[in-house]
Amino acid sequence: MNTAALNHRNRRVGLVFLGFAGAMLGLGFASVPLYRIFCQVTGFNGTTQRVSAAEASRVTAAGKMISVRFDGNVAPDVPWSFQPEHSTDTIELGQRDLAFFVARNNSDKPVTGTATFNVEPEQTGQYFNKIQCFCFTEQTLQPGEEVRMPVLFYVDPKMLDDENAKDVEQITLSYTFHKAEDSPS
Amino acid sequence: MATTAETFQGHAESHDHAHDHDHKPGFFARWFMSTNHKDIGTLYLIFAIFAGVVGGAISGIMRAELAEPGIQYLQWWTGFLGGNGADFNEALHLWNVLITAHGLIMVFFMVMPAVIGGFGNWFVPIMIGAPDMAFPRMNNISFWLTVAGFCSLMISPFVPGGTGNGAGVGWTVYAPLSTYGAQGPAMDFAIFALHLAGAASIMGAINFITTIFNMRAPGMTLHKMPLFVWSVLVTAFLLLLALPVLAAAITMLLTDRNFGTTFFDPAGGGDPILYQHLFWFFGHPEVYIMILPGFGIISQIVATFSKKPVFGYLGMAYAMVAIGVVGFIVWAHHMYTTGLDVNTKMYFTAATMVIAVPTGVKIFSWIATMWGGSLEFKSPMVWALGFIFLFTVGGVTGVVLANGGVDDNLHDTYYVVAHFHYVLSLGAVTALFAGFYYWFPKMSGRMYSEVLAHVHFWVFFVGVNLIFFPMHFLGLQGMPRRYPDYALAYTHWNEVSTFGYKIMAVSVFLFFLNVIYAFVAGKKAEGNYWGEGATTLEWTLSSPPPFHQFETLPVIEDAPAH
Repeated sequence: MNTAALNHRNRRVGLVFLGFAGAMLGLGFASVPLYRIFCQVTGFNGTTQRVSAAEASRVTAAGKMISVRFDGNVAPDVPWSFQPEHSTDTIELGQRDLAFFVARNNSDKPVTGTATFNVEPEQTGQYFNKIQCFCFTEQTLQPGEEVRMPVLFYVDPKMLDDENAKDVEQITLSYTFHKAEDSPS
Repeated sequence: MATTAETFQGHAESHDHAHDHDHKPGFFARWFMSTNHKDIGTLYLIFAIFAGVVGGAISGIMRAELAEPGIQYLQWWTGFLGGNGADFNEALHLWNVLITAHGLIMVFFMVMPAVIGGFGNWFVPIMIGAPDMAFPRMNNISFWLTVAGFCSLMISPFVPGGTGNGAGVGWTVYAPLSTYGAQGPAMDFAIFALHLAGAASIMGAINFITTIFNMRAPGMTLHKMPLFVWSVLVTAFLLLLALPVLAAAITMLLTDRNFGTTFFDPAGGGDPILYQHLFWFFGHPEVYIMILPGFGIISQIVATFSKKPVFGYLGMAYAMVAIGVVGFIVWAHHMYTTGLDVNTKMYFTAATMVIAVPTGVKIFSWIATMWGGSLEFKSPMVWALGFIFLFTVGGVTGVVLANGGVDDNLHDTYYVVAHFHYVLSLGAVTALFAGFYYWFPKMSGRMYSEVLAHVHFWVFFVGVNLIFFPMHFLGLQGMPRRYPDYALAYTHWNEVSTFGYKIMAVSVFLFFLNVIYAFVAGKKAEGNYWGEGATTLEWTLSSPPPFHQFETLPVIEDAPAH
């Protein structure tokens, strides 16, 4: 084969495989939204679910009791105190429960925070359904202000059908307040 | 394999461009602007040896510190490297900097440049009967980008990195330690080093794939290629598919660090675990990238010194393909303790163990090659046998660690350190030395001292086993990795390990002595100094091969593949 034809062929093959590398680079970045969707759908890593009140009203209590423990903490740069009003609620699977967290802004400036959340054990994330939660929106506290923040949730009785989750007797729901991005520091 | 190649000199006489043939450019143009695959291969090998000495010296500091409990040397080294040695936290930070530098140097700047850049560049074109690589100038860029990456990594320990100078995050660069856990430019320099080395390797991979697909000599079908070429082809595909994912992950780290994004920061809705998934999607194929070319080298050597074709050629080639493919779907076995559920762990345990099957095919095929062969225990063969033994030990502990339940206990202990050093530090590096002794006379034209090469092997073999075998015990007893200090109970085996390091260091000295001996007093090497067992195309050329080989392509006879 002559040199020009070989060079042409080399360039074509080289570009094809450069395209492979480019596609994998794209896939690397695409993994960010894909991973988020994956976690939301499967409850992977203890991602809790969000349901409407209408859906929640169709769930009936299943008779088995479970205790739900609450934990509240703040990122180091958030000058708040934040904890659950009471640490444990014992409820029936499928029964709706309203829990309160108390947050107080200890600084002399208004601070806007947003809460991230997680449940342990992680395999219960897909059965932990929130109907209303302070974590769905940003919360602003004036200097010295104290508020009670509600979360309305239930644990789906479908959990009893899951080999990995049916033996769970206690779930911990944890919130961490971070500073909202547009909040002055 | 039966091959016929025109003897180069004989052909040159009758060729119009005879005057080009051994015309070499001047020193600067030849070595700094090189487009010749053999010269670039030589540069890569010299670079890898240099980086290996730096990385090995760093592990020497670590072994000295670990020789006994308590902190003995770190404060002095912190001061020596320009930090504040009086600050105990800075001294402890230096430990993290050392393990980071050791890991990154050995992976990206020693093993990879040596096996792929060095031996790959030297022998892939020759073994398939090609005059050079497909993109000689891109080859040059690859090399110098690797050097630039190494420089960036070497700057990192001397600029602020949070607690003290340098990036102390481990070779895995996990977020959030590598994002808001490591303030200062040191981390950025380390990430940039990975970008440069990664870009270099991706270009190298494209170059190898194109060369192997397009530039094989007439008659050299894919199923007749020597196994070393197969191993580099599979490795190149792994590089091409894995490295861009690392590039994406560390680019996200950079933007998280410097531009306020929150890919891995829960405060903004990100997840640090995502970084681990991305890293290990790259990281697991990466360990095969380091070992597969070693498999190729060992196949060539075992066949040569058994004087028979390798047993189960196609099985050997496709075992490497299988290892490469399965290597992409086992990554979360590095993440068993991140809270994966039982089913996920079961999948990754099973998938990981499946890899032992093609790996077993390779080990048994090497043994079957030797079975009934006319064995000759020259130094490369002795190194190859050492490889097969050491790699098998590392592979067995790998099967142990593959179990999600067992790993819950052994995760981040010295058992893991022992495992990956048996397959890499002992496996890959032993394969490197085997390849070096196999091909050094071909590359340099000089024979080394056979006696010294044997002594080197035995001293090295004893040394590295003394270093790493006790780490199995330490790990099973629960000694965690990545700490400069340990409980008193771990003292004994740590002393043994440090003693082993000293023996290994002597073997490195013997290695350099042998290289010097070869250049000063070594006999001139013939074209095929291994005799009838060596059948691949590089043995049809002179030692060293002419500056340009195969201007008229050799023709491969239609004989059964070996």
